[in-house]
Amino acid sequence: MSRYNRHIILSEIGREGQDKISSAKVLVVGAGGLGCPVLLYLTAAGIGTIGVIDFDVVELSNLQRQVLFGKSSLGKNKAIAAKERLKDLNEDILINAYPEQLTYQNTIDLFNQYDIIVDGTDNFETRYLVNDACIITNKPLVFGAIYKFEGQVSVFNYQNGPSYRCLFPNPPKKDAVPNCSEIGVLGVLPGIIGSMQANEVLKIVLGIGNVLTGKLLCYNALTSQTSFLTVNKNEAIFRSVLKEKGNFKNKLLNINCSAEMLEVSIKDIELEENIQLIDVREPNELPKIEGLEITSIPLNQLEQNLSKIDSYKKKIIFCQSGIRSKQAVKSLNELSIKNCFSLKEGATELNNYTKVLSDGK
Amino acid sequence: MRITIKYFGQIAEVTKTEEESLEFSGSLISELLETLNVKYNNLKNKDFQVAQNYELVDESTKLTGQEIALLPPFAGG
Repeated sequence: MSRYNRHIILSEIGREGQDKISSAKVLVVGAGGLGCPVLLYLTAAGIGTIGVIDFDVVELSNLQRQVLFGKSSLGKNKAIAAKERLKDLNEDILINAYPEQLTYQNTIDLFNQYDIIVDGTDNFETRYLVNDACIITNKPLVFGAIYKFEGQVSVFNYQNGPSYRCLFPNPPKKDAVPNCSEIGVLGVLPGIIGSMQANEVLKIVLGIGNVLTGKLLCYNALTSQTSFLTVNKNEAIFRSVLKEKGNFKNKLLNINCSAEMLEVSIKDIELEENIQLIDVREPNELPKIEGLEITSIPLNQLEQNLSKIDSYKKKIIFCQSGIRSKQAVKSLNELSIKNCFSLKEGATELNNYTKVLSDGK
Repeated sequence: MRITIKYFGQIAEVTKTEEESLEFSGSLISELLETLNVKYNNLKNKDFQVAQNYELVDESTKLTGQEIALLPPFAGG
């Protein structure tokens, strides 16, 4: 029995509809809370080509809501881990994983390879980048965003409809709106909003139902209320974005990443296998950590010892009290070494932890 | 006129309610916002759009008595 039988027997879809799904190419930006359900349902539906781009790495606290991942994904790049899981769900479709960051330099070429773009990102900088690139490449944008118990869904730049900037012309003041790692989120909420995004993608591909173009759906998980706000297209905004087309690739993405977001605790990483522990203390500092593989690079010698750093692993930097390790993360990021985190606890707690582990054996 | 106002996201945290109804004698959205800024100290620091009758409006729009919504942008994903 055909995998897509339950689609095909619906008169609104049929074989013709399923063929449309198989011919569609959808790029999902972000494999996090929103990206995971979108990717799951689009893969299950048989979207012929799915792209997933994410530079982030799977952490334990993601598993509360990022349902594509599991224990075996911890420490892996999200786009790659997503592809592994999705391939198991549906091996008949093409899945392209891009374990990198979306920037003004790579977006246009990437978007041109797809028909529909899905916004599953978690910061305003990237959302505006995605929106503007969709205007420039003329692709519909299936938008979703969440905050605690509330979500927003819409389809922008579709059939002469408005864009995200027609709703919110400019990003908010820096630090004005936090994201999930700072404020928390009910795990199932991105599941609901992401599923609604997947629904919009399928309606666009199939040409059925009422696509949320020119409408912002506002959902509240606590009250179960749904409201629809009308958004009108602002032609002047489209003109001004298109005017910047020539300069687009020269712009710089500036994602505000505070040091707090790059901190982890021992309990966050205890189950992770794909990590490199880096000690940035001076050689004579005690206690030495026993029972774990440690790379020692004093803080002021980081730049000369980059070859000791494994680019495929998640780097956990520690020192005596968590202050130098934060500086180290900042320095490494400035040297374009990503995937670095500062251990909140210091060497003493880490050593106690390993002693507990070995006592328990 | 009696106006119902709905608050979303972070705005609801400032106003400590998701909805309220008040008697207002002004005629413009801007005047209503001024009143709300006085009532809620932190409101003027927040970014949001205003909708009347489920359609986005700007500050110069006349109040019609239909439901107002203060809608902030969400970043989370």
